[in-house]
Amino acid sequence: MLNIRLYLAQRISAMIMVPFVITHIAVMIYAIQGGLSAAEILGRTQGSVFWFLFYGMFVAAVSVHAAIGVRVIVSETTGLRGSALSLLSGASFLLFLFLGARAVMAVTVSA
Amino acid sequence: MSEQQEYLDVSVWRGDASSGDYQSFRVPEYASQTILDVVSWIQQNADPTLTYRFACRVGMCGSCAMMVNGSPRWTCRTHVKKVAGKDRKLKIAPLRNLPVIKDLAADMAPFFDKWVKAGGRHAPSATRNDPIPQIKPESAGRDAANAGIECINCSVCYAACDTVTGNPDYLGPAALQRAWTIVNDEKHGNRDAVIEIVSAAGGCHNCHSMGSCTLHCPNDLDPMSAIAGLKRLTARNFFKRGA
Repeated sequence: MLNIRLYLAQRISAMIMVPFVITHIAVMIYAIQGGLSAAEILGRTQGSVFWFLFYGMFVAAVSVHAAIGVRVIVSETTGLRGSALSLLSGASFLLFLFLGARAVMAVTVSA
Repeated sequence: MSEQQEYLDVSVWRGDASSGDYQSFRVPEYASQTILDVVSWIQQNADPTLTYRFACRVGMCGSCAMMVNGSPRWTCRTHVKKVAGKDRKLKIAPLRNLPVIKDLAADMAPFFDKWVKAGGRHAPSATRNDPIPQIKPESAGRDAANAGIECINCSVCYAACDTVTGNPDYLGPAALQRAWTIVNDEKHGNRDAVIEIVSAAGGCHNCHSMGSCTLHCPNDLDPMSAIAGLKRLTARNFFKRGA
């Protein structure tokens, strides 16, 4: 169910996510000091190339990582294997990427 | 005046591949009694139709492993007093993760098939006419190969592994530990093929490092670390070859 390519894709995407997760949480804690509104957040993120690239890469890494995770969990709990399993992992990847990209666009691209 | 005889309350799984249930037996308790002694007492004194498997009785052959109170164990070296609580209850079943032939005898074929599939057979790198290669006993490769060499193929690790339960294609701890021994054996003639096999679907990358194999191994071997070694080696090779 997992071969070396999928294994490495999951490990490398996890490594990529580490600095993103730490920065995301640290900035969140720092930014909410003294209260924060949605308008304030969007004021800082919309039109920012940095946050677009930051969350764009974050979402790409999450999509790869989570899709392989879903593949393992579904296979080990339901016994699904073969092309049906690959179809499911591919579909999960596209779904995560689509939902994530939609959020990134909404938050970082100017209205 | 003799001491009063104590008895064990033993539930033994009876049945075949299609169905079965636990049957209760009352077995006299003795000093230094092993689980295999208990099963043999039942077969010799209570029900001669009870099927189980053993050979050496001294922890060398790997034939007698069973589930004892939920854990896989080599029954010939497991003392009753170690596993039966104060209530003197024992629950004995065939090894998990393997088909049942009858009663306590599990079908070991899938276990050995995977051992062979993982490249477990020795492939010579020289003929008898070649000089014997000198292997330094203190070399790192020999150390790694030695670590898993005392495996008796009892399938205790295979029965303990939850990844085997969830993924029938997974080669399992014993086969992968054998593969790790081989890739560290300088005298083996086809180490690259073994690396290839353990990198494919069902190979070492399916291990979740839960450690049940290492926890339950009756010979105190460490299949989990062997599998971790395979993961590191295959990852390094992948980037080196770019394949």
